[in-house]
Formats: sequence, structure tokens, C-alpha cells
Amino acid sequence: MDVLADGVRQAVALLARADAEVLGILWTSLEVSGTATLVALVLGIPAGVVLALTRFPGRTLVVSAVNTGMGLPPVVVGLFVTIVLWRSGPLGALEILYTPTAIVVAQAVIAAPIVTGITLAAVQNVPAKFRLQLVALGASRAQMVWVVLREARLPMLAAVMAGFGGVISEIGASMMVGGNIKGQTRTLTTAMVLETGKGNFDVAIALSILLLLLVFVINWALTAVQQRR
Amino acid sequence: MRRAMLVLVILGALVVPAAAQAPGARTIILSTTTSTQDSGLLDVLVPLFEKQTGYTVKTISVGTGQALALAARGEADVALCHAPSLEKKYVADGKMHDRRLVMYNDFLLIGPESDPAKVRGEKSVVAALKKIAESGARFVSRGDKSGTHVLELSLWKAAGLTPAAPWYIESGQGMGATLGIANDRQAYTLSDRATMLAFSKRVDLKPMVEGDRRLLNIYSVMEVNPANGPRVNVAGGKAFADWILSPETQQVIKTFGVDTYGQPLFVPIAGKKDEDF
Repeated sequence: MDVLADGVRQAVALLARADAEVLGILWTSLEVSGTATLVALVLGIPAGVVLALTRFPGRTLVVSAVNTGMGLPPVVVGLFVTIVLWRSGPLGALEILYTPTAIVVAQAVIAAPIVTGITLAAVQNVPAKFRLQLVALGASRAQMVWVVLREARLPMLAAVMAGFGGVISEIGASMMVGGNIKGQTRTLTTAMVLETGKGNFDVAIALSILLLLLVFVINWALTAVQQRR
Repeated sequence: MRRAMLVLVILGALVVPAAAQAPGARTIILSTTTSTQDSGLLDVLVPLFEKQTGYTVKTISVGTGQALALAARGEADVALCHAPSLEKKYVADGKMHDRRLVMYNDFLLIGPESDPAKVRGEKSVVAALKKIAESGARFVSRGDKSGTHVLELSLWKAAGLTPAAPWYIESGQGMGATLGIANDRQAYTLSDRATMLAFSKRVDLKPMVEGDRRLLNIYSVMEVNPANGPRVNVAGGKAFADWILSPETQQVIKTFGVDTYGQPLFVPIAGKKDEDF
């Protein structure tokens, strides 16, 4: 148990003296996962809306694929993104493997189905009669979608939280496509694995406390927006 | 909703610059083993190299097996590994070239204080492994094709044994995690000295066999054959290999670890050959 106490003490100390390396890691995590979440929102919200409001042959198949994608194992995404980004892979010429950009790509792939799936459910939950009424009142299709999204804003913010929470805490993809390079692609989770591997359990615990704090603060801000009357 | 959009836009303004980081032409990829990273050696060497040469190094720390496999695909420019038999195979196949010795330290057979297989003080590690197998005492193997694992397998082969469950446990993890499992299960295991020292605070396993010539842990640097794949940085790989063998760098290696562990973790051996050991 003294390991835990040491870890808590270490976390406070690291924060108190604003340790440059730890702050750098914290920042990398926030930048990478924030960007990935944004990309996932840009892709996932329109996809979810389209899937919710249209009917086409094979739709059930697509929705099932999205639902499966919500549980996409990060390590699987990491493996495939790595192979694609290899120097010898189809996108090797970009030379972005082992850079933060590569992690953004992998995490966006992980988060996009989560955002799509939750958007889909949220929009479908808005009663169909409400949509008909809007159209009857003379709303254009774009206006109708906008109002429906407004109605669905509570679950939509849940999509943001779920997407961001999923990627900032994943390790498999970050490790494989980022390489855990000091000062470049080391994130909170990969640093934690490294410090555990080194036997520095107190530092690993300190980092995990920072990760939890970071996720909590962001969810707090989003929840404040969500629950605002 | 408008407030939510605002939050997103602010978040976006903060984070987007992260994605814009162009790779330089002066970037090299070093594929290496976990022990060089876990011991902290690379955290000292890589920044020095970057400062002195202007290259940016991407260090990929994986097991020796994977480090060599990546280099053989042209996914790295230079490799720093510790499995001589495997390395020589890659050199013979033409995948790697200019294999040069960098440094060494040693492995130890460690185990619980109670020493159920009675191997403490045994001179020959092969004889000790035979005793462990006969007594059925637990042994934790890395099982991950790392340099440590490759050496361990060669020792079992020398002993004429095929280790198997239930007493033989494969962790499939790095040295640190494997030490933790061995400690928890009160088992024997093979560890490099650097990692064992780093874990001495948490792991209560005692050295059983050390000093056997077979337990020598030799690190070599190898350059990647540009024919392995597109975009291999030949000049960068050679620059790193030459640099790590330079007298100044060898001096840094020689003193690394003294301030933390009271003893050096690696002995530099640039210029020596395999036959010298």
C-alpha cells in the first residue's frame, strides 16, 4: 500500500513543480486525443444523421457494422494503421508513422464509429412525428436536421465524452503507431507502461492520477454544458 | 448547443497544431530492445546524438526479434540488439550489414531465497537449468522472442531439454513485468543485470548463477540494407552506428548508471570481435 501513497505524493509533487517532461506528455495526450475526437465528430455526426434519417437496402448491415465498430479493439486499429503507414505500405510516402499525426489517425478511426453510433441512436430517438411536423411547418431539410440535432444535444455531448474518453485512455494503438518516443509521441498511457516496465511504480501511479484528473476536468466542462438549463 | 460548439471550437484551436508536424529528411528510425530503453541508457544517448549531429531519432523499443524483423523490412535505419546468433543470421541473409559490437553486460539466473532446486552457487547455468527442470521448480520465461528469450532458449537446447508447463511459465511480456511475475510466483527466471538492478527495490529474487561465459549479454549495432525497402536512410543509420562506437560515446556508456546504482550497467567494447569473448 505504501506504493500507492508514494504514487499520490509523487503526483502532487510532479504537478506542484510543473515538471516539464510530465507537462509535455500531458499536452501531447490532450492535443492528440482532442484532435482525433474532433476528426471523429466531423466524420461521425453527418454519418450518424444520414444513417438515422434515410432508409436504403443494406442499411441494417451498415448499422450493425457501426455498432461493431463502437467496440473496435484499439490494438487491431493500431496494427492495421501501422501496416498502412509503414515505409513499404500504401501511405508510406507520407512518412507519418511514429509521429503524433499517426496517433491522431488511429484514434480517429477508433472514435468515429462511437460518435456515429451514438449520433444515430440520438437522432432516431427524436420522434418521427416531430420531424414530420417540422416539414409540415415549412422547414427545409437542412433546417429540419438542425432542429433535430438541437433536440438530440444531450446524447450528442455524450458522444463527445465517449469518443474522447475512449481515445485518451487507449494504449494499444498509441504504442504501435506512435512508438512511445520521448518528447514526440509519448502519451500518458504509453508513459505509464514504460514507467511500470522500468519499475517506477510511483511515477506510473502519478501519471494515472493525472490521466484521471484530465478526463474528469474535460467531462466536467462538457457535463456543465450538457446539463445547463 | 451554441455553447457546446464554442467549447469544441476552443478545443479545436488548441489541438489542431499537433497534427501539423512535418517529418524532416534528417530523421532516422532506430529499432532497439526494451532493455536499452528500460535501463534509461537511450534517454542519455539519443539526445546527445541529436545535439551533436542534428538528426532527429525515432526510437522504437521492442524485443530484439521484432527490432530485427522491422529493420529487415526497411522500417528502420539502424538496429541496436542483443541476440548475436539471430543477428548473424540477418547479416548472412544480407538484410543487415556492418554488425559491430557496442557494449556488454551479463545475465543472471535469479530465484527465490528458498532455492527449491538447489542451484545457488552453481558454476554452469546449463547444469542449473537441468536441476530446475528435474525438480519441477517454477521458471518464468519471457516467451517474446526478445534477446533474453533467445538466449534462454539456447540454454535449454544446450541442456537437452524442452521446458513445458506446468512448471514452465511464459509471461509474453518485458523484463520488468516478467520479474514481477517471477517474484509473485516465487520462480526462477533469467534477467539482464541492468533491469534486475532497476527492480531490486520491488523484487525479492536473489542471484543464483552468474559469471558463466554463456551469460554474457553482447549488444551490437547494425546498419540496414537499403534494398530492404523504400526510404531507408542509409547515411543516417551509418551516422548513428559510427557515433555510438566513437570514443566519446563509449566513455558515456562506461559511466552510465554509476550515480544511480553505484556500478556501471554496461561495459563498452567498440572495436572488439565476437571471438574475443
